[in-house]
Amino acid sequence: MVSLTIEGRAVSVPEGTTILEAAKAAGVLVPHYCYHPGLPVAGVCRMCLVEVEKLPKLAPSCATAVGEGQVVHVYSEKALEARKGVLELLLINHPLDCPICDQAGECELQDYTFQEGRADSRYREPKRFNPVEDFGGDVLYVTNRCILCTRCVRFMDDVHEAPVLCVSERGDRAVISKAAEADLTQPWAANVIDLCPVGALVSKDFLNKARAWELDRTASVCPGCSQGCNAVLETRDNVVMRMKPRPNDEVNHFYLCDVGRLDYHWMNRPDRIESPKIRLADVLSPVDWEIALGQAAEALRGRRAYVVASPHLSNEALFLLKRIVTTTGGEGAFRCATGPEAALLGVEDLALRADRAPNVRGAELLGFTRRDTDLLAGLKPGDALVVAGDLMDGADVRRAADAAAVIVVGSTLPVGLPTPVAVLPIANVAEEEGTFTNLRGRVQRFLQAKAAPGLARPSWYALADLATAAGAPSDDCSLPSRAFAALAAAEPAFAGMSYDALGLRGATVAGTGVAR
Amino acid sequence: MSHGPSAPAHAHGHGGESTPYLPVFTEGSARRRELDDLISRYPSKRAALLPALWMVQQERGWISEDAMREVGEQLDCTAAYVKGVVTFYTMYHQHPVGRHFIQVCTTSPCLCAGADGVVKAFLEHTGCKELGLTSPDGKYTVIEVECLGACGFATPVQINEDYVECVTPEKVPGILAALGD
Amino acid sequence: MGYPHKSHPQETPVLSKHFGDPAARTLEGWKARGGYTALAQALTMAPTAIQDVVKASGLRGRGGAGFPTGLKWSFMKLDDGKPHYLCCNADESEPGTFKDREIMRWTPHALIEGVAIGAYAIGAETAFIYIRGEFTEPIRVMEAALAEARAAGVIGPNAMGSGKRIDIWVHKGAGAYICGEETALMNSIEGKRGNPRIKPPFPAVSGLFGQPTTINNVETLTAVPHILNNGAEWYKGMCLSSPKSTGSKLFSVCGNVAKPGNYEVVLGFPFKEFLYDVCGGPPAGRKFKAIIPGGSSVPVITIEEAEQVRMDYEGFLEVGTMLGSGGVIIFDDAQSMPRQLARLARFYAHESCAQCTQCREGTAWMTRILERIVAGQGSFEDLDTIFDLSESMTGKTICVLSDSCAAPVVSGIKRFRGEFEALITGRRSSTVAVGV
Repeated sequence: MVSLTIEGRAVSVPEGTTILEAAKAAGVLVPHYCYHPGLPVAGVCRMCLVEVEKLPKLAPSCATAVGEGQVVHVYSEKALEARKGVLELLLINHPLDCPICDQAGECELQDYTFQEGRADSRYREPKRFNPVEDFGGDVLYVTNRCILCTRCVRFMDDVHEAPVLCVSERGDRAVISKAAEADLTQPWAANVIDLCPVGALVSKDFLNKARAWELDRTASVCPGCSQGCNAVLETRDNVVMRMKPRPNDEVNHFYLCDVGRLDYHWMNRPDRIESPKIRLADVLSPVDWEIALGQAAEALRGRRAYVVASPHLSNEALFLLKRIVTTTGGEGAFRCATGPEAALLGVEDLALRADRAPNVRGAELLGFTRRDTDLLAGLKPGDALVVAGDLMDGADVRRAADAAAVIVVGSTLPVGLPTPVAVLPIANVAEEEGTFTNLRGRVQRFLQAKAAPGLARPSWYALADLATAAGAPSDDCSLPSRAFAALAAAEPAFAGMSYDALGLRGATVAGTGVAR
Repeated sequence: MSHGPSAPAHAHGHGGESTPYLPVFTEGSARRRELDDLISRYPSKRAALLPALWMVQQERGWISEDAMREVGEQLDCTAAYVKGVVTFYTMYHQHPVGRHFIQVCTTSPCLCAGADGVVKAFLEHTGCKELGLTSPDGKYTVIEVECLGACGFATPVQINEDYVECVTPEKVPGILAALGD
Repeated sequence: MGYPHKSHPQETPVLSKHFGDPAARTLEGWKARGGYTALAQALTMAPTAIQDVVKASGLRGRGGAGFPTGLKWSFMKLDDGKPHYLCCNADESEPGTFKDREIMRWTPHALIEGVAIGAYAIGAETAFIYIRGEFTEPIRVMEAALAEARAAGVIGPNAMGSGKRIDIWVHKGAGAYICGEETALMNSIEGKRGNPRIKPPFPAVSGLFGQPTTINNVETLTAVPHILNNGAEWYKGMCLSSPKSTGSKLFSVCGNVAKPGNYEVVLGFPFKEFLYDVCGGPPAGRKFKAIIPGGSSVPVITIEEAEQVRMDYEGFLEVGTMLGSGGVIIFDDAQSMPRQLARLARFYAHESCAQCTQCREGTAWMTRILERIVAGQGSFEDLDTIFDLSESMTGKTICVLSDSCAAPVVSGIKRFRGEFEALITGRRSSTVAVGV
């Protein structure tokens, strides 16, 4: 361990730690651009220069290892002057794009300039101009705004292991470039947008859609596949505007794949079930919750429940559906769409997974049978078919005619089924709180980012009522944490887990042994 | 800056921008053998990149994106990587140039010796209207370059591979005449 | 001119003795002139013994940094079991410097011998001579000489029958001044953009292909055989002023001077005598005004300051400049200093590799301001901006290219402020060269 003092704070770190990382440990942020903990060190932006007593020159803190007894100043006059100089130089050719630049409000060039930069510009010469380039995929490169930090190049080279970006030309003519043969359509390429400290690499999907300061940010989990990448849902006026990665060293480091990142639009889809409904004269009519729950309970009485659950449902919802299955002596099944796996090679065990749903493991652990091709194979004539969350699109629904009654629990009406006796509207992943279990058995919380439409209720809330009405043991599930507690108490796989202890980083299921 | 912009579409040279690219390192060719031999000097294939690019430029007159792809394939790099290298080094042509590529040094020591007059004289006598633009007959491209390392023999001019030294404006017509076609 | 001149009586031709003599280029011709005796001797010595001789001689790097060569060689751990490399820096792109070109095209075997000894002394079996791409004639001559040397077994798997392998290859550059920086040079050999690396790690620990490497200039290595042949004391004895500056040096003299060319004098030679006697003084009807003595990356001094100086590392430091590469650029009273410095700044802006913010943006900005001043549209604030900019550009980057841009510009404004002020106040435009 090496002990040193940074901005008057004593700190002790392992040998070989950089001064910048040691400063983090001491609670001091050294302003920087090109450094990123997920990328190899470049040391080119020169923002992170700090004053180290007794050293003749300022040291680049991202590239300098700590020395025993060093006294480091991040905010001394020399260091501030140096940073002010870098900021001035970054701005001389930078276009006055803030009013039209998507990065405004979350731009590190704005932030540090406001904090420490000059209040005016001394540059009197014509600014350098380059046209905007479409890099392919979701990525637009606004060349004029680029500060040549090279994070994007290093990401594609070392983390994605697909060197399709390069620095082209030399001196102040340098730009980021690519060859004609390869676009940024690699599975994880859009992460360069997040990595870019300024508005040089921007998302086409998000282009000019919203201002950063209009957005509310909520911690969530990407529902795109079973990897369970930690995410942030960003909403404005109850609409999800984009999804960004949330760092988690155990799952996705700093990254989100392009498929998941762009697959949030459905969270805003307008064709929602806005109120509970029951079948009256073969037509679905809106009613209040009491009546709809009553109808559903009636349909379940004396029948086996065949539950088709979606692996997009939370652990809590699946647990309560399992209660319905158990109480009625029925069966539960699920199907999951699949696609090609796409690993992010530079990170251990991170990939867009074949299973394109967030809670396949949860469904498996809770006893649901996976039936990708013949979803209704276990349905027996006379069963009550409960379709929870699955839209049944592309599923073979012929057997549904054998069911004595159909109950739908979902956020959008499924297709092709006989008219259900009751429809219970629930929130989607953006509109409620809950947990998913990823493919490695990691249980992770997602929080509510927007309000559900109309009378739709959180899935665990609606299903707790339905389960009670169906005669299942009625543990207190009046809060998601209580539903989880009931789950942990009842299911060996989740034994000993606590909702609060999950925090926003998650924890792995005990007991079943996590297979890698 | 001194390394000129792209040449016009009618520029001559080994293969204009519209002619299809002919690979240089085909299996069994002399250049392929030369490249393989070169690779054996280094512990990594990539170290043969600058020499490989020189071979392409010698054979084809310039380095197209197709050429970058071919070189990349030979040396296990992406075309983008090769592009980053090609665009860094100013002697690699990214577009065809005139048959006589005239590079006049105009860094300070040569400026003292009247290099600007030499540049003017070359532009005038070659018919190139501007630095970096190839003359209409495809014979000449004139650019300014940085220090050629022959400051004591000012003004040095590099024409394709060779240096002509102690150039003055008066000598320019004779130099051009000696170049022939 | 065109061919080197006959030596001036006050020169001490050691490295330049055979400049202009075509017969010296061949292996036989070189042997007849005493060549390869030093290599033969070296191969019987222990590498550390060779290092000690070079250390004792006081030889310092002739590329510009002036670092003691023997000491640099001693940083290589001879018993680490790793492949070692010697890189000979023949990138010679520092404006005003043209000595290495002459060494290579007139005495290629002198360099080969120096490289071979250097490689052996640092435990390297492979050496690369990185020659700038523009030097097609030196490359041709070196390749021919290397082919001769290999064919004769002087170098190769069994150098001079010693059982030691010494392979020497030429690696051709492609137009980048920055590849003369030792870590950028290594990156260039590795097939990368010529970006300098952050130090530490230093090349002797992790250099070419990650292995221990030493980089030496052409002139430095060419001096080594002479030191081995004549002894460290002999070399140390070549010293006219500071004892820390020993040996002879090739000074490349260019610009406004009667007899430009390479002149080899013993370090410590009086600069005044050098300029007026050896180099023939200013052109007819003109007076010397300003000198950049060490290649363009060092501060410019006035002729008055120059006339006081002894030509060695310490002597130039005393007047606030540096010996550097020894490229002596001379400006006479007909030159516009603002115009010359604007052109110099443009050189650095063109050559910046683009990694560090201060260099990439600063060299270009400095150039634009200077060009605007030269065009008669400058202001006094511009001079303050340049001074501020030079603070940002000094001591804050991965390599010293931006420092090298700031040094001549700032020193030039300080010493010739009147010329800048005339352009600013008089709003008179100086003659601007084509393309600027």
